[in-house]
Amino acid sequence: MKCSFYRGPIQIVNGSNQQILKVLKGVTDPEIPVLSLQDLGVIRNVSSSDMTIEVTITPTYSGCPAMELMEQSIVELLSGEFSKEIIVITKLSPAWTTDWMTEHGKKVLFEYGIMPPTKTGKIICPQCQSQQVELISQFGSTACKALYRCTDCLEPFDYFKCH
Amino acid sequence: MYNYIQNLADNTLILGQRLAQWCGHGPFLEEDLALTNTSLDILGQAQMLLNLAAEIKGDGSTADDLAFLRDAIGFKNVILVEQPNGDFAHTMLRQYFMDVYHVHLYTILSGSSNQSLAEIAEKSLKEVTYHLERSQLWMQRLAHGTKESIDRLQNALNELWHYTHELFEESEELDDLVEQGIAADPIHLKIHWEADVKEWLASTALTIPKTGWKATGGLNGHHSEYLGLMLCEMQFLQRAYPDCEW
Repeated sequence: MKCSFYRGPIQIVNGSNQQILKVLKGVTDPEIPVLSLQDLGVIRNVSSSDMTIEVTITPTYSGCPAMELMEQSIVELLSGEFSKEIIVITKLSPAWTTDWMTEHGKKVLFEYGIMPPTKTGKIICPQCQSQQVELISQFGSTACKALYRCTDCLEPFDYFKCH
Repeated sequence: MYNYIQNLADNTLILGQRLAQWCGHGPFLEEDLALTNTSLDILGQAQMLLNLAAEIKGDGSTADDLAFLRDAIGFKNVILVEQPNGDFAHTMLRQYFMDVYHVHLYTILSGSSNQSLAEIAEKSLKEVTYHLERSQLWMQRLAHGTKESIDRLQNALNELWHYTHELFEESEELDDLVEQGIAADPIHLKIHWEADVKEWLASTALTIPKTGWKATGGLNGHHSEYLGLMLCEMQFLQRAYPDCEW
């Protein structure tokens, strides 16, 4: 992962970049294919000029191996649609937080079987909607998830941790 | 500045590598995953810090060069992190010591006058805060568990305590960096670290060993034999097949 310490305000994506954003919807988290990078809150800015498209992303977890793949997918997908140079900038600050995950992102996560991050402390089983759940392990299959078990339907499930 | 970043980077790289050695050996599956996920976070921090170190070095070296082409004497990590994993109590006690240290370190460095370092610290702080929650829970469980878990934790404390002083070693170079608002003041770090660790210890039947010796040397590249052995394994591929890329 190439780190460049670009710092600047998060720009509101303007109208002319809507087309780029539409294409970017096709880039999903390789571990959670229902979740687009926009829903995950990883894409922080998009800007374009005559020659280039610059996409600024922020890493979820510093060691997350999916980040490199996400970067590649952005370049591949945009190169296929636009004949411009695609530049992906990794920006560390402000640090990524699950607060940036969209409501749509949370909805598709739940439907996919992963409990989305919640600050209410109310963790619900995505299988049977029961609130009778217990923590099995603070880490699940990836760094961003914890492992829970529903004590009603007895199914284990992942919880996307608040970060 | 380079030496300081190298120390922070090497602490994470070597600790991350040690934790990764648990892969497939964890006491149970969920714990195996937790140890290796923690390793992954810490190696990610190492990568960011090594990138910064390489940038400061400015001779075209990359983070990979620094990780895979330096000999033991070139590593500036504290000797604590290169100690063998031992049993689970050893690994978790070392992890708890490092988690407490990293939480205080990154809290201070988030306000560093070096912007790159501040950004890395801000990012890493979120991760180590979660790691600390987990290692604290294990410290409670092991310290208030069975006779065996308490004995094992006491053994780990006897062996590891003397290596912790190195985390707060002072030097003229570091003083300058503290003065410039770049680095964290080791005296300040020590006060906070000891307050947390001693508060936990006071709630247990564990006792701090009294032999009084202090490990030193790691920051100058003088390590225990364990580092060289670990590097043999970690650097094997790049040494045997220079510039090999995956």
